[in-house]
Amino acid sequence: MDRLAAFGRLGLSVIASLGRSGRFLAGALGGVPRPSVGFPLLLKQLYSVGVLSLAIIVVSGLFIGMVLGLQGYTILSDYGSEAAIGQMIALTLVRELGPVVTALLFAGRAGSALTAEIGLMKTTEQLSSMEMMGVDPLRRVIAPRLWAGFISVPVLAAVFSVVGIWGGMLVGVEWLGVFEGSFWGNMQSSVSFTSDVLNGVVKSLVFGFVCTWIAVYQGYDCVPTSAGISAATTKTVVYSSLAVLGLDFVLTAVMFGDF
Amino acid sequence: MAQRTTEVIVGLFMIAGIAAIMFLALQVSGLTPKTPESSYTLYANFNDAGGLTPRAKVSMAGVTVGKIREITLNRETYQARVTIDVNASVDNIPADSSAVIRTSGLLGEQYIDISVGGDLESLGDGDTFYSTQSAMNLERLISNFASGQSQ
Repeated sequence: MDRLAAFGRLGLSVIASLGRSGRFLAGALGGVPRPSVGFPLLLKQLYSVGVLSLAIIVVSGLFIGMVLGLQGYTILSDYGSEAAIGQMIALTLVRELGPVVTALLFAGRAGSALTAEIGLMKTTEQLSSMEMMGVDPLRRVIAPRLWAGFISVPVLAAVFSVVGIWGGMLVGVEWLGVFEGSFWGNMQSSVSFTSDVLNGVVKSLVFGFVCTWIAVYQGYDCVPTSAGISAATTKTVVYSSLAVLGLDFVLTAVMFGDF
Repeated sequence: MAQRTTEVIVGLFMIAGIAAIMFLALQVSGLTPKTPESSYTLYANFNDAGGLTPRAKVSMAGVTVGKIREITLNRETYQARVTIDVNASVDNIPADSSAVIRTSGLLGEQYIDISVGGDLESLGDGDTFYSTQSAMNLERLISNFASGQSQ
């Protein structure tokens, strides 16, 4: 009986947490801030969330593209159709790896930092002192971080795909000697702008939204102790990764499934 | 860091993103702003349309001159009736030209190749190709070869 009650309490607390996160999101994004105040705050967050993530995105994109080129070449050359390598690299990156790997890296690089920063603000009672001063921390601290995440992830994903395609070209065309014309020609005839590129952008928008939301909410909702911050940071990375992978399946089924 | 520097760096970041999307659009998906060219319609009847699909290309001498609009079944002759949009600038296809279904590469997509005839008259809007050649079916070819049939 006790166990049953504990199970029920767990379920209730999960539902309550979902509800709090929804109210939290509405509170942070609800009000439109004055541009003169909000814009510099957003800019600062775009720098720390987006620009500083660029290095890891570019390096991973390059290596993933190079690996795709190498793997694709070894598989496709068995069938004598290594010219299709461009199409394979571009479709893999634009549809799947670009948005997904970017979101996973973003959760690890920027999401965990957001959680830790906001968690520490809560623990050291900076957030409550803001409230005492009549400044809404949701608007002042949370909203710029949320918007910065929403804007950065699609940008980072696009950069990731482009660098990956360049890396694949480096391996396929420059090193392994696939003809450059058929590399680009196959790619252009098989990648469609609306159904491949734009769907990839939509995916990265969704992932950016979810990752940032989880990161910021976990920081805001953490237990205000040092152990609480560490638990919240772990939760951010785990939940974001699971949400991204799960949502990716759903989005792929909706976008590319023929049924 | 000075506010100004941050602004510039974030601006560059956004430009990098826009440039990346432009690259994906133009270079990777081959999207070019093309004004819809005026075209006229030709028809071709095939015994077997094979893997031909709408919007597949129609070419002459390897140059794309149009695309397939639709493929329907002719209920009287049980042939596939392919409606082709040919660019208006190519208005001198000889009337005895034939439409041939070809495959680009071994496993590539199928397209229609117009092999040029020698007639002085040319095909106009709504005309039908007199001679056509259906899709090469590799399986049928092999089974014919194996059973010793010539056709």
